[in-house]
Amino acid sequence: MTRHLKYLLPLAVFGVMVWFLGRGLYLNPREVPSPLVDKPAPVFTVADLHRPELQFASENMKGKVWILNVWASWCRACRDEHPLFVELGRQGIVPIVGLNYKDQRGDALEWLRALGDPYVASAYDVDGRVGMDYGVYGVPETYVIDKQGIIRYKHIGPVTAQSLQTKVLSLVKELQG
Amino acid sequence: MKQLVACLMMVAIILAVPVAHAKEAATMAADPVLEKRVMALAYELRCLVCQNQSLGGSQSDFAIDLRNEMREQMDQGKSDEEVTEFMVQRYGDFILFRPPVKSTTLPLWIGPFALLAIGALVLFIHLKRRKRTINTAPLSDEERKRAESLLDNK
Repeated sequence: MTRHLKYLLPLAVFGVMVWFLGRGLYLNPREVPSPLVDKPAPVFTVADLHRPELQFASENMKGKVWILNVWASWCRACRDEHPLFVELGRQGIVPIVGLNYKDQRGDALEWLRALGDPYVASAYDVDGRVGMDYGVYGVPETYVIDKQGIIRYKHIGPVTAQSLQTKVLSLVKELQG
Repeated sequence: MKQLVACLMMVAIILAVPVAHAKEAATMAADPVLEKRVMALAYELRCLVCQNQSLGGSQSDFAIDLRNEMREQMDQGKSDEEVTEFMVQRYGDFILFRPPVKSTTLPLWIGPFALLAIGALVLFIHLKRRKRTINTAPLSDEERKRAESLLDNK
């Protein structure tokens, strides 16, 4: 038995290594865990996208579970995920705030007119300052923020029907209580 | 007159070219010492969109934005540590090329040395055991004779 063990042990170690390396192949290196999850969402006040003379303040959302969707008209993947948010906005389950990131106001408004506007409010982050505070490094990104203003989930890249349902909406329902 | 106009136009074009280029080039701090500090730190930080490049070496929008932010903060008198802290708070430890020693990264730091120590220990025990088996099994007379004859034949 011990003799067998002598030969089986290296094989077992090899197996463990193969498992780790194999798993590494299927991880997405672009999905960097955000240090902001479970931390208070950065508070911001920026111009409203639709009415430049007005301001959008994130404080206004306090007491509600809400979704912050970071997008830009120059972002291809935003176009892919947008119909899902349009549909979600129509259902009215949860307020979605759009953060228009480093964009031209005219382009952004045109984009919303053409593809639909699911946002209860649109913040205009022209210089990307708000995005920087949220650790945005590629649009689209989607955050779920709870009633206390804590970021509970961050989705990097376009959401899919499946990830929206299983990750975002199930969490939203749980947080809404 | 025509020649004068053409000449003036040429001058205008020559003057305009550097201006057009100035917009393309990355912004730099007026103070070269500060700029050096910004770039030194930027080479220590990972560009998250281009992952295998540093913030210093990348020309992506993301890297340019963050360099501008670093420049601004350092200009306001923030230390390298404070600027690094600002980045880590937003983008996590992943932005650092040198991972900090923390409870979660301890295996990374100690792991190789631990494996080396285990390997050395196994080797040591194995050699000691081998020595003992060699010492405790002396040759029988017959074996000695065979060994001698083999050596002599040579």
